Amino acid sequence: MALLELENVEARYGPIRALHGVSITVEEGQAVSLLGANGAGKTTTLRSISGTVRTTGEIAFASKRIAGRAPESIARLGIAHVPEGRGIYAELTVWENVLLGGSIRRQRRAVKRDAEAALGHFPRIASRRKQQAGTLSGGEQQMLALARALVARPRLLMLDEPSLGLAPTAVQEFYRVVRLLNQQEGLTVLLVEQNARIALASTQQAYVLEVGRVAMSGSSEDLSRDEGVRASYLGY
Amino acid sequence: MSEFFQYVVVGLANGGVYATLALALVLIHRATGIVNFAQGEMGMFCTFIAWSLITHHGLPYWPAFFLTLLIAFAGGAATYKVVIQPLSRTGELTVVMATIALLIILNGLAGWIWSPEVKFLRSPSPFAPGDHFEVGGVIVNKQDLTVIVISLICVALVFLFFRFTRLGLQMRASAVGPATSRLLGIRVAMMLSIGWGLAAVLSAVSGMLAASQLELDPNFMLIVLTYAFAAAVLGGIDSPIGSVVGAFIIGIGISLLSGYASSFLGTELQLPLALAVLMLVLIVRPAGLFGQVVVRRV
Repeated sequence: MALLELENVEARYGPIRALHGVSITVEEGQAVSLLGANGAGKTTTLRSISGTVRTTGEIAFASKRIAGRAPESIARLGIAHVPEGRGIYAELTVWENVLLGGSIRRQRRAVKRDAEAALGHFPRIASRRKQQAGTLSGGEQQMLALARALVARPRLLMLDEPSLGLAPTAVQEFYRVVRLLNQQEGLTVLLVEQNARIALASTQQAYVLEVGRVAMSGSSEDLSRDEGVRASYLGY
Repeated sequence: MSEFFQYVVVGLANGGVYATLALALVLIHRATGIVNFAQGEMGMFCTFIAWSLITHHGLPYWPAFFLTLLIAFAGGAATYKVVIQPLSRTGELTVVMATIALLIILNGLAGWIWSPEVKFLRSPSPFAPGDHFEVGGVIVNKQDLTVIVISLICVALVFLFFRFTRLGLQMRASAVGPATSRLLGIRVAMMLSIGWGLAAVLSAVSGMLAASQLELDPNFMLIVLTYAFAAAVLGGIDSPIGSVVGAFIIGIGISLLSGYASSFLGTELQLPLALAVLMLVLIVRPAGLFGQVVVRRV
């Protein structure tokens, strides 16, 4: 059974149509990449799922229709969306940021325990929990955003361009954790990336978007061997 | 010298009244990004409710006090839901206009319901009006002291709430990052509604404290609002601590001004002079005394 299914989803920002009927499927436990050039509709696809853009078409999560619901109610169903630009609360401390990830859960003690565990993935920020989150570097903020998303105990984790503006070592460290969460803890991941190489290496399935439509899809392995994908997105 | 401290003590009592209202203004500004010009009148209206509960319904002071706070909370939260939230899509100016309209509506409504003639609300203090003690030549009025203590307790409770509770943290998060908060499943509209309720509670406290020192008529909170607004701007409109400190600075400043300068300035110039000093301070420090600079790295 698919955990997430988009069928013929269209989305628009005012008069501009950003998605022209996108259909994708994410199976439970899978990691799936959404690739494509700037403006292809990758971010809009994630926004459609989390309810932050108006859409038409069908979006189902865990067999429930979620299209048209408010973002907070979608989040409460178990979808954690780490948005483009990370959405860190710069004014709050690192620890407060992580705790807020557990806002949808009832047991405070369990949230605190999970917040500790989530920070445990990233020793670099764990030791700076009392610092204002705005003082962290871009890579550290991305790690913080991931740690915060995990505290919600999501069934689906959506990451939007996590490698953007990050130093190569930070990208490696970040994706090490993403792979670990997917492969060892079975977390379902939907990943939007410009960096096709690391995305394909970290996922099992992939979709390529072109001007608001799915242009290609298949296993990440096949796509990374595909001539067209190589030429357009991998550069070798 | 004891004369100086005498004025300071009197100023502290006024400062407490301004502080609770200034804190309410800051809460709203942080949460909704606007100045609620009706904040003072919300406090005025609640004070009339308290007066009515005591005078017409025979409630003792403290039950009436807390019942009023409950009504204030419900009223503030409902104001957000019914007036502010539907308008917030249309822009900040519309919302500001709405708060000005609310000011006039509440003012008129209070005059219509309770008649504009002057009333008196007793002090929350268990002491008689003249009760006092002396410290080093300074006379401390026990009723003034009660006002100071109650306002400080309220301010402290608000700080503890935002600093240490989960709801307080979610409210802070909703104020600084509403879009992110919704993605985390936080019900931002509900948080803002609670914020408006809380601000109304603070205004009610401010009103009930002010009414015990002034006369109770539909306009009695206008001057308090002016000083509270000045205090909030002086401290930094987004800084809760700043607004409280600003309120006490203004309370003491006014008291000193009227103590030392009224002989040659007259009481008419107190308010203009206080506001002129305030503007001078803001030219030097545009963000206010405690205006926070948030460190941001991209």
